[in-house]
Amino acid sequence: MHLPAILPWGAAEGFSKQMLLVILSVVIIATFFLMAARKGQLVPGRLQFAGEAAYGFVRNGIAKDIIGGKDFMKYVPLLFSLFFFILVNNIYGAIPVIQLPTFSHVGGAYVMAAIVYVTWIVIGVKKNGLRYFKLATVPTGVPGYILPIVIPIEIISNFLVRPVTHSLRLFATMLAGHLIVMIAGSGIEYLVTQENLLLKGTSILVLGGAIAMYMLEALIMVLQAYVFTLLTAIYIEGALHADSH
Amino acid sequence: MNQLIISAAVEGQSPLVPNPWEMGVVFAGFAVLMYIVVKYVVPMFEKTFAERAEAIEGGIAKAEKAQAEASAALEEYKQQLTDARAEANRIREEARAEGAQILADLKEKAAAESARITAQAHAAIQSERQAAVVSLRAEVGTLATTLAGRIVGESLDDDARSARVVDRFLADLENQNAGAAK
Repeated sequence: MHLPAILPWGAAEGFSKQMLLVILSVVIIATFFLMAARKGQLVPGRLQFAGEAAYGFVRNGIAKDIIGGKDFMKYVPLLFSLFFFILVNNIYGAIPVIQLPTFSHVGGAYVMAAIVYVTWIVIGVKKNGLRYFKLATVPTGVPGYILPIVIPIEIISNFLVRPVTHSLRLFATMLAGHLIVMIAGSGIEYLVTQENLLLKGTSILVLGGAIAMYMLEALIMVLQAYVFTLLTAIYIEGALHADSH
Repeated sequence: MNQLIISAAVEGQSPLVPNPWEMGVVFAGFAVLMYIVVKYVVPMFEKTFAERAEAIEGGIAKAEKAQAEASAALEEYKQQLTDARAEANRIREEARAEGAQILADLKEKAAAESARITAQAHAAIQSERQAAVVSLRAEVGTLATTLAGRIVGESLDDDARSARVVDRFLADLENQNAGAAK
């Protein structure tokens, strides 16, 4: 049911199952999209159509809708990679035998959020110069006497809290879902082995609950990949158009 | 598995503390994926999209051109029809004018002819009359002489006889004339 970790997770060093899955996800995504995009027929085949639909979802549904303008294409590769990298790594948790969403290990979530954090700050500074930090922290149309309160709040919310929430949202949902499914599994295992027939029977209730949670978790896995990418697009858009916010 | 959860919780390793090796693997993996996406996946998809858009726009342009050509041909056809109509009208008008001209000419010619014939007839009648007068004069003289001779030859004493002679003479003359007419 559950592949053993190559080394116990939480281990400070060594090659773990989580690392293997991360590398596998890169291979899966790259292979799928290279195969889908390779032919580039005007009338797409089934594989190409699937690839184009997936690519078009991020390109038009996220990048174009949120960032818009002429230069949204510059950010499509980042958003595209983020979405499918997170999606595949999350979906691992719903696949029997594998059953480990890799972002339930917090390190990966930190890395992804850090990449995004650096990206939008660099974009903001490139676009607006050092004035960007003023634009991002001093809201317009606020009376002067409130500014001493507003500016620290803006600094904290934009530059300190934002990357933390961005990473922990992904990590916490994955870990919680993983734990719930695991605990339900352990609970069923424990109840089934009881001598008392009544207790044994309640394992069916737990199984029903576990299946419901599993479905919910699968939904959340997809949703979190979307939310993470969508927030990234919103941050980039905010950095690009800091002077009009 | 239970052991695993319990041990993780008991050992006090906070789940918020990251494993640096895992961070490294995620970063490296994502970097490789980004590289492949930037270098191959996105350009290939965008190329296909651009080609497709171009193919569709090309088709639209072609259809528009065909439509323009068709409407130009229709315009030309209409123009030709109008021209042909005008031409036909012109020809008809010309023919009518020509006909009227010919008719007028003929009328004039007929009038001239009739005038000429009338004049000729007048002249002929005149000359006939002249000739008749001349021949009548000569004949009347002869007749008078003949009549006088007869009258004289028959004796002139009887008025009644002389009247008969004159009547007979005139009857002869009439018979002569009728025979000549036959």
